[in-house]
Amino acid sequence: MSEDERPEVASEFKRSRHGGVTMKLDAAEARILRHVLTETLELLGPSESPDDDPLAAALGIGTTTAAPEDTALARLFPNGYTDDPEASADFRRYTEPGLREAKRTAARTALATLGEGGERRLLTEDEALAWLGTLNDMRLVLGDRLGISDDWEGMVESITDGDPRLTLFWVYDRLTYLQDMLVRSLT
Amino acid sequence: MSVAPAEVDEPVVEDVVVPDKPWVTIVWNDPVNLMSYVAFVLQKHFKYSSEKANALMLDVHHKGKAVVSNGTREEMERDVEAMHGYGLWATMQHDE
Repeated sequence: MSEDERPEVASEFKRSRHGGVTMKLDAAEARILRHVLTETLELLGPSESPDDDPLAAALGIGTTTAAPEDTALARLFPNGYTDDPEASADFRRYTEPGLREAKRTAARTALATLGEGGERRLLTEDEALAWLGTLNDMRLVLGDRLGISDDWEGMVESITDGDPRLTLFWVYDRLTYLQDMLVRSLT
Repeated sequence: MSVAPAEVDEPVVEDVVVPDKPWVTIVWNDPVNLMSYVAFVLQKHFKYSSEKANALMLDVHHKGKAVVSNGTREEMERDVEAMHGYGLWATMQHDE
C-alpha cells in the first residue's frame, strides 16, 4: 500500500481542555467503523443458550468452560491460567460472561457516539476509554482474520493489488492509526 | 472486619509476617497490541509510574513476556480478568 492511496488525514483524537477527548472522523471512516462495530457486536453475542440456569446468568456465572472455537474469540477470551486447564475452565465460567458484556457495552458506546463523520464530537473520559477498548477489540479480531504476525513489513510486501485481504488490511491499518492517536491523547 | 476490644493487653508479636504472595500475572507478547496501549493499560490498572509501565511493556515486547504483578490467587485472578478486559493476553501461575 502506498501513501497516496490514503485519504488526506483529517481524523483526530485530541485531549480537550474542557475534559474528555474530541473526536473527528471522516465520513468514510465513520461508515467503516459502523460496519466493523456492528460485526464485532454480533461476534461478541451471548455465548450461553437461553435454557441456561437463570440464577447463574443473573450472577454473571456462565456454563461455558471451553475456550471459544472461533480463533478471534479465543484471543479475546484467552485461558486465565498458564498451564492449568481445569482452573482455566473455572476461571472462564466466572469471568467470560462479564467480559463479553463489558466489551459489548464498549462497542455500543462507540456506535452511539460515532455520528456520521465530518464533525468534531466531544467524548467524555469514559466514552473515550470505551472507544480505546473497542478499537483494540476490533484490531484483535481483524488481526486474527488477517493472520497478522510480528513481521509487519513482510506482511505489507506480501499483499499485492488483487489480494482479497487488501480491504481488510486497509481497515486494520486505519484502526491502528486511530487507536494510537487516541491512546496518545489519553497519556 | 471487626473492632478489637480496647483493653486487651497482649504481648506484641515480634515476628514480621511475610505476606504470602506466591502467584504472578504474566502478560505475553502478541503482534496486534500497540506498545503505547500496553504501557497505558499497565499504568492505568496497576497505577505504575510511566517509567515502570514502559519498562514492563518493553520486556513484553523484547522478551516475549513479563511478570506484571504478584499476589494471592484471588488478587491475580482479578488482575488477569482486568487484563483480558483490556484485550491484553495475560495468564496467571504459581510462582516457582
